[in-house]
Amino acid sequence: MTSRSSRRLWRQVALHAALGPLALLWLLPLWMMLVFSTMPENGIFSPDIELLPRGEFWANFQALQAETGFLRTLFVSVVVALVTTGLSILLTSMAGWALVRYRFRGRWLVTALIFGTLTLPYFVVVIPQFILVARDMGLQNTWFALIVPPLFNSLGVLFMRQAFSMMPGELFDAAQVEGVTEWRIFTRVALPMARPTLAALAIILFLASWNNYLWPLLIASDPAMMTAPVALGTLIGFTRVSWASIMTGAVLLTLPMVVVFVFFQRFFMSGITAGAVK
Amino acid sequence: MAGVTLRSVRKAFGSVETIHGVDLDVRDGEFVVFVGPSGCGKSTLLRMIAGLEDVTAGEVAIGGRVVNDVEPADRGTAMVFQSYALYPHMTVAQNLSFGLRMNGNPREDTERRVAQAARILQIEPLLGRRPRALSGGQRQRVAIGRAIVREPEVFLFDEPLSNLDAELRVQMRVEIARLHGELGTTMIYVTHDQTEAMTLADRIVVLRAGRVEQIGRPLDLYDHPVNQFVAGFIGSPRMNFLAAESLGGGRLRLTGQGGAEIALPAAQGLAPGQRATLGIRPEHVLGAGQGECDLPLVVDVAEHLGATSYLYGNTKAGEPLVVQAGAARGAHAGDRLTISIPAARAYLFDPDGRRMT
Repeated sequence: MTSRSSRRLWRQVALHAALGPLALLWLLPLWMMLVFSTMPENGIFSPDIELLPRGEFWANFQALQAETGFLRTLFVSVVVALVTTGLSILLTSMAGWALVRYRFRGRWLVTALIFGTLTLPYFVVVIPQFILVARDMGLQNTWFALIVPPLFNSLGVLFMRQAFSMMPGELFDAAQVEGVTEWRIFTRVALPMARPTLAALAIILFLASWNNYLWPLLIASDPAMMTAPVALGTLIGFTRVSWASIMTGAVLLTLPMVVVFVFFQRFFMSGITAGAVK
Repeated sequence: MAGVTLRSVRKAFGSVETIHGVDLDVRDGEFVVFVGPSGCGKSTLLRMIAGLEDVTAGEVAIGGRVVNDVEPADRGTAMVFQSYALYPHMTVAQNLSFGLRMNGNPREDTERRVAQAARILQIEPLLGRRPRALSGGQRQRVAIGRAIVREPEVFLFDEPLSNLDAELRVQMRVEIARLHGELGTTMIYVTHDQTEAMTLADRIVVLRAGRVEQIGRPLDLYDHPVNQFVAGFIGSPRMNFLAAESLGGGRLRLTGQGGAEIALPAAQGLAPGQRATLGIRPEHVLGAGQGECDLPLVVDVAEHLGATSYLYGNTKAGEPLVVQAGAARGAHAGDRLTISIPAARAYLFDPDGRRMT
């Protein structure tokens, strides 16, 4: 073995020795969440720390279902996340397209206003939004209230504007000369070419909706319209916290995110870094 | 088929006018090339004919019909772009048929047109491939094929060969000329490469800063440029220009050449002391004693291309001069030569750059 390759080997060993424990430290809470979801309620507080799963998951799930109607809240969460993602992608890509493709008076101002909203903390927006939707429009505990307000996502507009502006304008000119309508240029030429960005944006929007806690908490207190994270929140009472049920629900909420990320991470990375290099 | 007419066409982007009133008649079936340096407005003019840019003032007519307010697709034109503009997610066949399919053209007719275009351009084996699996030359053929399937009255080419390497450019140039012969359709072609312009055009339109400098057949422009700009732009290597001053009676002193003198009929109209510029093409410079005015030349760089050689040098006063060397074929950098300017081949330009005859 040459000294150069042995140096490289030692460097690798040192790197793994340092990063391995850090990775384990990061994984530990997730693992413990899984372990706690399989333990009986009182087992969590036993003085012996258990590191391996036990067999109480199904019992915990039944308790969770009895306490919160968890399957219904899961259904609400899935519908809200899917519909929000789909509609938001359509709206943000149309807005991004308009900002890139049309030279209209005040375009700069509109662009600046949209991106200016990125600097506003969500908590500044959420109260007026709540007053508008709940008090003025009286739409508390409706699908509309859960889905529509989060649709207008300036980060998504920024993403799509960036993706479209990277595409050569001659492609769209060519389609225009060929007599292709604007809508079809958008749907048949621009959107298919923006697929990596669309996939990345879909993941971001889906996860944001899936994890959203504050807005559904404010706007949907009716158990029939409650989302899963909000339902889990109700298990934290003044006198009692149902840890086993919370952990079981947390595992069930985490699974779709893991699945989404594992299947789409390739798109996610290429979408995030699109345009970073020529 | 149709001709194209431009009448006092102007284009302004905001307050900046880039096309300053262009008049032009392109005849039915003619191959016209717009040529000029970067930023002269040639692509803008082409895009105005295509309908991709609005006309600020004036009229654009295709086949006798004013099309200022007609949609690009309804003008009877097809355009080939510099970047090929192929849809990367579609196969070659889908690229060719996209416009027709989107416009509801009958399937059999679309297939017939695609097959015909593929046959003309010899791209039949490529129909199932995506653009990324094609070479530059193949992509350009597909881009031309996409224009052919539209069966347009006018083809518009926007620097279609500038992304290709030198060898492929020559090959595609020949193919475009063949295509024009085969289809007989009106073609307007934009390039900054004067060799492309000279070899392809029936007529060349030389543009500078949004104005037409001269319109004419390639050899007319070469032999009879109306001004110093056209004289310098048409011909490769470009024409040499030497500072001169009239001595009266049609005699000129080359002010940068230590008192060398030459008599030109064109200089008869100059008053003594009036300044002018003498132009001589590199291929017209002769060996010592063969012309009417001998000049010493120090060779800086010698390019030997086989069939011919170019000598890049400086005259006594440091004026750069290029010579296509016939007699001095064996010359090298550092050599000192004497060259001669034949009066019959020299051009004369007044201080405003206009040619004096």
